[in-house]
Amino acid sequence: MMHTDPPFDTRAHYMALMARKRLYGGIVLAIFVALMVSGFMLANDRNAGGFWDGLPQIFDFPAAVLADTLPKLDRLPGHLLRYFPSLMETINIAAVSTLIGAGLAMLLSLLSTRGLARWPRLIPLFRRIMDIMRAVPEIVIALVLIFVLGGGPVPAMIAIAFHTAGALGKLFSEVNENADLKPVEGLQSVGGTWFQRMWLGVVPQVAPNYFSYALLRFEINIRASAILGFVGAGGIGYDLRNAMAWGQGRFDEAAAIFLLLFLTIVVFDQLSSHVRNAMIAKKGGH
Amino acid sequence: MAQAASQAALYASTERLFARKKMFAFALPALVLVYLGYVVFAFDIPGLAERARMDNARTLLSDVWSYKTHVTQDNRSGELVVAIEGERRGTYAPGTEPEWVSVDPAGTVVDLGDGHSVRFLPGGGFAYDVPGFGLVEARMQGRAVVSNLEGEALPDWVSASRTRFQVETSHGRVSLTRNRTELFRYFPGWELFFFTIESPYHGHGLLEIAFGPRIDSERGNFAGAWEDFWGNGMWRHGDVAWALFETILMAFLGTFGAAIVALPLAFLSARNFAPLMALRFAMRRVFDFLRGVDGLIWTIVLSRAFGPGPMTGALAILLTDTGSFGKLFSEALENVDGKQIEGVASTGARPVLRYRFGVIPQITPVLISQVLYFFESNTRSATIIGAITGGGIGLLLTQAMITQKDWEEVSYYIVLIVLMVMAMDSLSGWLRRKLIRGA
Repeated sequence: MMHTDPPFDTRAHYMALMARKRLYGGIVLAIFVALMVSGFMLANDRNAGGFWDGLPQIFDFPAAVLADTLPKLDRLPGHLLRYFPSLMETINIAAVSTLIGAGLAMLLSLLSTRGLARWPRLIPLFRRIMDIMRAVPEIVIALVLIFVLGGGPVPAMIAIAFHTAGALGKLFSEVNENADLKPVEGLQSVGGTWFQRMWLGVVPQVAPNYFSYALLRFEINIRASAILGFVGAGGIGYDLRNAMAWGQGRFDEAAAIFLLLFLTIVVFDQLSSHVRNAMIAKKGGH
Repeated sequence: MAQAASQAALYASTERLFARKKMFAFALPALVLVYLGYVVFAFDIPGLAERARMDNARTLLSDVWSYKTHVTQDNRSGELVVAIEGERRGTYAPGTEPEWVSVDPAGTVVDLGDGHSVRFLPGGGFAYDVPGFGLVEARMQGRAVVSNLEGEALPDWVSASRTRFQVETSHGRVSLTRNRTELFRYFPGWELFFFTIESPYHGHGLLEIAFGPRIDSERGNFAGAWEDFWGNGMWRHGDVAWALFETILMAFLGTFGAAIVALPLAFLSARNFAPLMALRFAMRRVFDFLRGVDGLIWTIVLSRAFGPGPMTGALAILLTDTGSFGKLFSEALENVDGKQIEGVASTGARPVLRYRFGVIPQITPVLISQVLYFFESNTRSATIIGAITGGGIGLLLTQAMITQKDWEEVSYYIVLIVLMVMAMDSLSGWLRRKLIRGA
């Protein structure tokens, strides 16, 4: 007795599959749209001013800033010059925290990469540490440290470095996974310590990728350090808050700070993307 | 001969290469060190030790893991108040004081444990029996504070002046000023985390609430306990949960709104889709502008128009990320494979269908993974923006910090924020794997 399958209609099966796929897609889309709309309405209700009421006023503040600045345009270069040192402080905060964070990230990532770790059993521990460091928003650490250390660049620096270590650590350990282990084995065979194996065997291979990620982070950190200044951690953000507090009629200084901040971010954004593109072109992709 | 020459050249070039590597290996770290050295002075790190408020750090740390109960006696009226953290909601009703406080109009006695015992003197003052030292007594004499240690060298745990006398030991702190005599006793933990003292469920365990007799005659145990927990006036669990939700809402609206706005714009700025170079150039500058203005400035500008709240935060994220997404999406669009579009076109598809079936499936994985990655990172940004514009958990955090005493609440919020971001991280990772494999 031979078992016969019922005739299989490929076309009908395909159409049914497609119909189901479309249905699922439609349901997901509908849920997404419903979430967006209800979320929008909820956020609108919770806001002090409504979205539709505020929309016509959106240019009021930029207009006020311009109206304050244009008659005093001759003072603008002076303002720019005056706030340049604070801008340098903001950039310095970003640079130092990127350096320190990248150093820590390097260590953490090497300790948490399979095949490279100093203590393979502790890999999960170091991974969790990086997860937690990555999850802490900078403002949390900055505000606590401002309470202890007083206002100034140091709390911002520590806060950003802490977060940077976690964020870069994850990216670095992905880079490390692809590192060639032969140099490490070579160094081990001649009795190199763990530190020597990493420093001479791994780091030279991964340094360009580290650098590229760190550059991207630097750009993000400039923004972060400006924001932290606004909550009291020094730099140009702090000056911006003071300039904003003077209110209508004296927004010309705020305009100068806006301009400085904008130009800095654009310059570093372009610079970092240029350098990274050049590196990728030289290496033929990574 | 020729071989020797080429060998010499090889050696020479190798040595040059090594010299350069050596220079790099030492010069780069040296440069970094010089820069860090400059920063040490630019940031005035040597002066940091002076400015640092170690007493603040101590309050903060002890507050994080412990709470204090205040026992305060008004020196004029003789009224005695026992309150947790000195807050109104943590005040014990008269007659319900904890057993280590024995109220007595002739002199309340507070037992601090391990033989430390303090007697409040009527009319102001206290007598503290410190084990291993003896009795320390302070009282008001007219308008001045006098003690039995007058004229002696004071131990370092006693501070005295004409207007204030304070004893601080490992078991508590007692102080006398003209108006009041006050005692702090420290306990580990976050007191009143579940129920405030006003709640009938205060002091009852979970098992007792779940299986014990009805505690409040008007409400069922579960409903009542939940109501009192959620509406806890000191920890405000309901408000905190709402604030966390608001923060996630900001990130959600901002990120996905930005993706929706950026996708059509990205077509206009991709080399292989936008016919006009001028348009492409203009779109790119728009993206650069949106990114360059940065979340901080957008937040300030928008909060002037829309006032504080989650909508302002969401819009600030939306504007900044439209710039980032525009750039990323247009790069993804420039990398699409033309063959698939041709294939779809060969069936006679209109341009819209060509994009729908030839382009979108190719960029969906990049798109989804970028958007989800941003969603996770924007949860963090929304916390920060919330602190500036006033919405979500960021606002609660800054409010708790401004009071400079509710550090246990601050640490509670920090834990919640970290958990929230980690949860969003796993969620976005899970969605990414799920959706991209399916796509």
